[in-house]
Amino acid sequence: MIADKYLGKLQQIGFKTLSRFARVGRGSLFLWQIMTGLLYVIQRPKLLIRQLYYVGVQTLLIILVAGLFIGMVLALQSYIVLVDFGAEDSLSLMVSLSVLRELGPVFTGLLFAGRAGSALTAEIGLMKSTEQLSGMEMMAVNPMKYIIAPRFLAGVIAVPLLTSIFMAIAILGGYFVATEMLGIYEGVYWSQMQANVDFYADLMNGMIKSLVFGFVVVWIAVFEGYDCVPTSEGLGQATTRTVVHGSLAVLGLDFILTALMFNV
Amino acid sequence: MIFNNIDMDIERGKVTAIMGPSGTGKTTLLKLIGGQLKPDAGSVFVDGENVHTLNQSALYELRRRTMGMLFQSGALLTDLSVYDNVAFPLREHTSLPEIAIHHLILLKLEAVGLRGARHLMPAELSGGMARRVALARAIALDPQMIMFDEPFTGQDPISMGVLVKLIRDMNRALGMTSVVVSHDVDETASISDYIYVISDGQVVQSGTPDELKHSSSAWVKQFLNGDADGSVPFHYSALPLMEDLMAGSRGAKS
Repeated sequence: MIADKYLGKLQQIGFKTLSRFARVGRGSLFLWQIMTGLLYVIQRPKLLIRQLYYVGVQTLLIILVAGLFIGMVLALQSYIVLVDFGAEDSLSLMVSLSVLRELGPVFTGLLFAGRAGSALTAEIGLMKSTEQLSGMEMMAVNPMKYIIAPRFLAGVIAVPLLTSIFMAIAILGGYFVATEMLGIYEGVYWSQMQANVDFYADLMNGMIKSLVFGFVVVWIAVFEGYDCVPTSEGLGQATTRTVVHGSLAVLGLDFILTALMFNV
Repeated sequence: MIFNNIDMDIERGKVTAIMGPSGTGKTTLLKLIGGQLKPDAGSVFVDGENVHTLNQSALYELRRRTMGMLFQSGALLTDLSVYDNVAFPLREHTSLPEIAIHHLILLKLEAVGLRGARHLMPAELSGGMARRVALARAIALDPQMIMFDEPFTGQDPISMGVLVKLIRDMNRALGMTSVVVSHDVDETASISDYIYVISDGQVVQSGTPDELKHSSSAWVKQFLNGDADGSVPFHYSALPLMEDLMAGSRGAKS
């Protein structure tokens, strides 16, 4: 009896492990199929533009608000620390480096997973459960090309753009707080940034991060939608997984990328 | 296992019905024919081609040329209007000028009686109308064969009558091979030339509607007449009631 119980447990662990691996395999094949569909999307720019609007433009508001407040808070917090050392002139450097290297790409990735990623998963999952994907297959239109690939490409393009907007607005938010509230001279704010921020090491590394985050988050989002169990419960779980796995992927990759980029 | 040793011929230009109780895999059978599912063993031939040995592009080509399918839910694309839904296969698969596509759409929608509803969105349609639009879309490319997945389920009597008439007329007028999967006995029998009754993964009986009416099998009789009890028992298999009651709360758990 006891042996049976342990065997059962062991069997469960084995089954779960195998199904995890199978999922990773399906996800990778799925990515390959998306890649083969990209040519189709380039031939039909209308599909792409429509999706850019949905995943990009509609995420803009939350990015703008979040960017503005993070820039402002960052300026306040940095000032409190820097003023003790008489180094409040370096405030703009503190704000811009944090935003360009870390906060811009990471926050945009997280917000994108929550706002656009979950919406993508829900949309595709609902298409699956209402047989729209099957219907398309039977009309000899490959849903990988018509539905998935445009959404994927739109996400990969949108995230770096959203990140750069986030960065710009955060630096502006910092600027307003620094000059209006904290009395830092305008010229100091900009010249410190100009002199010490490196285009490649700081800005470009941040943009590369955002490209990677965008790629991974959209991949997770479209895969979860396509692979979901087509019931209301399955759809809910898939949407949750998109946000959780997408956010964890952003955080984990950020650590790895930072370690690689800044040679720590 | 869903099907075991199943063998069917679907004749060109005829209406063939596949009937059976819910959960016997009738929809699965259509997905096998359409190549959306792969069987572990056995083969499906459509228009002389073995569906499951084709590569993806050949399969899509076969679907484009020979198959249309009407899904239970209609499966209309919810972000497109009725007009654009019917236009979808034409725009994807032909290089016809927009004016020709416009004429074709009007004719297809006229055939299902919904020309006036072309500007509506799928969410504004009733269930019966959605199925008719889906039918117009399925015949947009004039396929050789059309598969109907439970076309009558959940329809009011009028919509049901309309769908019965449409399936019969399409078959007669266009010579389209029709495969109807259903468990609505009377409607299906009234339009089909040949019926397969399947249960537990096997063909229980096949024949013309008349032959089936005079079937000697008790099961087929029960199915066609819709009797509550018979060779398919009313009760799910269980202990005798008295034994179950006497077993007390322990019995409830086991």
